[in-house]
Amino acid sequence: MELRRFSRGFALCSALAALLAPIAPARANPYETRLDNGLHVIVKEDHRAPVAMHMVWYRVGAIDEHDGTTGIAHLLEHMMFKGTKTLKPGEFNEIVARAGGNDNAFTSHDYTAYFQRVPAAALPKMIELEADRMRNLVISDDEFARELKVVMEERRLRTDDQPQSQLHEQLMASAFIAHPYRRPVIGWMNDLENMRPDDARDWYRRWYAPNNAYVVVVGDVDHKKVFEQVKKAYGHMKPVQLPVRKMTAEPVQTGERRITVKAPAELPQLAMTWKAPKLVDVVNDREPYALEVLAGILDGHAASRLPKALVRGSQVAVEVGAYYDATARGETTFMLGGTPAKGHSVAELEAALRAEVKRIADEGVSEAELERIKTLTVAAQVYKLDSTYVQAMEIGRMEASGYRWQDADLMLEKLKSVTAAEVQAVARKYFGSDTLTVAVLDPQPLDPNAKPRAKPAGLRH
Amino acid sequence: MRFRNDFLLVNPMNRFFRHPLLQAAALFALSVPAWANVNIQHWVAANGARVYFVESHVLPILDLQVDFDAGAARDPAGRSGLAGMTQGMLDAAAGGLDEDALAEKFSDLGARLSGVADNDRAGLSLRTLSSARERDGALALLRTVLTRPEFPAAVLEREKARATASLREADTKPDQIGSKAFARALYGDHPYGRSATVESVAAITRDDLLAHYRRHYVASRAVVSIVGDVTREQAEAIALQLTGDLPAGEPLAPIPAVTMPKAVTERIAHPANQSHIFVGEPVTRRGDPDFFPLQVGNYILGGGGFVSRLTKEVREKRGYAYSVYSYFNPQREPGPFQIGLQTQRAQAADALKVVDETLAKFIADGPTDDELKAAKRNLVDGYSLRLDSNRKLLESLAVIGFYGLPLDWLSKFPERVEAVTAAQVKDAFRRRLSAEHMVRVIVAGD
Repeated sequence: MELRRFSRGFALCSALAALLAPIAPARANPYETRLDNGLHVIVKEDHRAPVAMHMVWYRVGAIDEHDGTTGIAHLLEHMMFKGTKTLKPGEFNEIVARAGGNDNAFTSHDYTAYFQRVPAAALPKMIELEADRMRNLVISDDEFARELKVVMEERRLRTDDQPQSQLHEQLMASAFIAHPYRRPVIGWMNDLENMRPDDARDWYRRWYAPNNAYVVVVGDVDHKKVFEQVKKAYGHMKPVQLPVRKMTAEPVQTGERRITVKAPAELPQLAMTWKAPKLVDVVNDREPYALEVLAGILDGHAASRLPKALVRGSQVAVEVGAYYDATARGETTFMLGGTPAKGHSVAELEAALRAEVKRIADEGVSEAELERIKTLTVAAQVYKLDSTYVQAMEIGRMEASGYRWQDADLMLEKLKSVTAAEVQAVARKYFGSDTLTVAVLDPQPLDPNAKPRAKPAGLRH
Repeated sequence: MRFRNDFLLVNPMNRFFRHPLLQAAALFALSVPAWANVNIQHWVAANGARVYFVESHVLPILDLQVDFDAGAARDPAGRSGLAGMTQGMLDAAAGGLDEDALAEKFSDLGARLSGVADNDRAGLSLRTLSSARERDGALALLRTVLTRPEFPAAVLEREKARATASLREADTKPDQIGSKAFARALYGDHPYGRSATVESVAAITRDDLLAHYRRHYVASRAVVSIVGDVTREQAEAIALQLTGDLPAGEPLAPIPAVTMPKAVTERIAHPANQSHIFVGEPVTRRGDPDFFPLQVGNYILGGGGFVSRLTKEVREKRGYAYSVYSYFNPQREPGPFQIGLQTQRAQAADALKVVDETLAKFIADGPTDDELKAAKRNLVDGYSLRLDSNRKLLESLAVIGFYGLPLDWLSKFPERVEAVTAAQVKDAFRRRLSAEHMVRVIVAGD
């Protein structure tokens, strides 16, 4: 599994706060403030090394896109490195590199974020640079055209030539027929072909504003100074009227959906996804926490049930996985999947995976299993403190996804309160066939001399 | 099983840092900061194990790693994959505990066990809380796995079947086809050139595992790296505890010398949308006197991410690729210099031409003064970023220990980077990168 709740973790829980008291005094760390223009600033002081992780998160992602311009959130992210009124294309990266730092950016369905890891002394300059490109980006036709080609190469690399990515893309496009998660973050190739510089300019104008952004700093800094620096760099900006976010709710699914994806590969693959509730009310919701624990018991660690039963036990599979993330701006699903072992079919694997969920629905889970998840979660909180990146990611992700960074603490406490009965109840409730979508990779023989099936992309502007 | 494909980075993670063979590469960017005062303590345990220790009580965490001269280079002919299989099966049963029991016990302590396996090294690393119960429990388990593995026959059969499935799948993927072909073209029948195949995995027996384990997992060649919340006294005890039950071991012959390849361009047909292009040759050992000129030069050529010449020429100016990079991977014997990129197949020839010209120009002219200055500022001033966590420190320690680099390697880094001149970079690239040995592999070209 690539992204697991239990390895990503939450913020420090109270039990650990005692353990960590000498190094993390019980002060208001992180510190936060909000400028008059709406910009949120969250600073977590971590004085272990003279470095700073600086991130700017925007609450805008592929979820906010429309048909015809899918991929624009990600493409704009690329354009953010292509110059401002005062910086030449690429100069941003040059300045960061010469400061001893490195930088990158990422786009998901829910958010777009930019970060620099720098020696702490370079932080003020980084704040200036990010503030500059929040309002002063220049998107030239020429830079746009070339960067669009780069993004098309990225799509070829990550999706078009990757059978597993195609499977995932089409699974999502089938599980959601109306909700925006049906669209891939990188965009459909044809939308990229039709993308115009004005699409990027419009996107930037609409969404890149202080009242849609979160500045997160973790590192060897004085939060008061950071607040001053941020105020100086962003304070003059006016908030903008953000577009109304019209997120189409997914109509209730009333029957099983099945699709097949054919691609050159050796092994078949299975991916199943069920509609499942997301975390809305951090204090009063219960089921999302139970689903998190269920995912952890099935596939959260080396001793979890799916690899034990299906890879090591019955050996129906060579690989299995479960995925659920309660936090999202959009709607959530619970996924199961894997690769059948030689001599076993996809159908057998599907039956075996569903039987494991049914076993929990029928028999529940043991206290030892529950305890194990909680132990691993608590340990992950401590391990997190070894990385400024992980700490900053947690704060930014919570804020940009529509939660508060403080909720992370609370969520951990809630997770630890989940009972065996609650896990059993969600296993009973959410795994019926009517809300299930199944995607199967049907491997095709590799004809080395065949030409690619995907249409070669030509630029149209 | 990977479900998420929707978290996109503007710049690909630099292969130099990401490749499992290249964990060692973290060293590349170490230098000494005013703050750092990284105090590496080193001793040889009574049983011959070499120990490297950095004491840090800031976090209640203990990270450690035990490596052996037991990497893929030690695979016997016809048994490629043996080293990886042996390492991977250490926790398949040990000390009377089966794999499920071991997994449960590690998890119940909140400990994380992971494997280390590359051409030269094989071993295990552990992250645990430093509180006594968790720490002692996890260390006892690690000792069991390291010193009393059982290699059960039934698990071996299953793991061979999984490895076979994975190899067959890999043989359909252009990047993996290309990586293997590139290693073969660079190293021929040298162990660095061999990859596990369906046949070589089928030939592996339990006796092979036992023989490999007994011969290579020995105290005299154990390297124990420890970072975190224990005292020197505790660290000494831990090193002995982990390796004390291992036999001293017999001396080992060095791995064979590398024969330089003749320049060749290998084309492999594949129906992918993109061509996968690999260019390079064997160049550097650990401890190479040209290390600093080559690494500083490579930062400018293709290691510096967004700001490298290759990225500017191939990606920024022409939009030919999302990812283009170069790196040196120093190993015990000369490891590869490699340039890599992927591009729409119809323009592969054009992209390769740009790569060739960029490399040729860099070898002919070397870096500009401004490029050299920028590289030094990044590498020297960015030193603290490379050592700002226990995890990163552990990786560096493990490399220093395994390859026997001097203990002041980290503290001398900045002055050595600062001392590199443009003439030295140019000279090192001209001497070490030769057109007559340059290998090209193109998968899915037109």
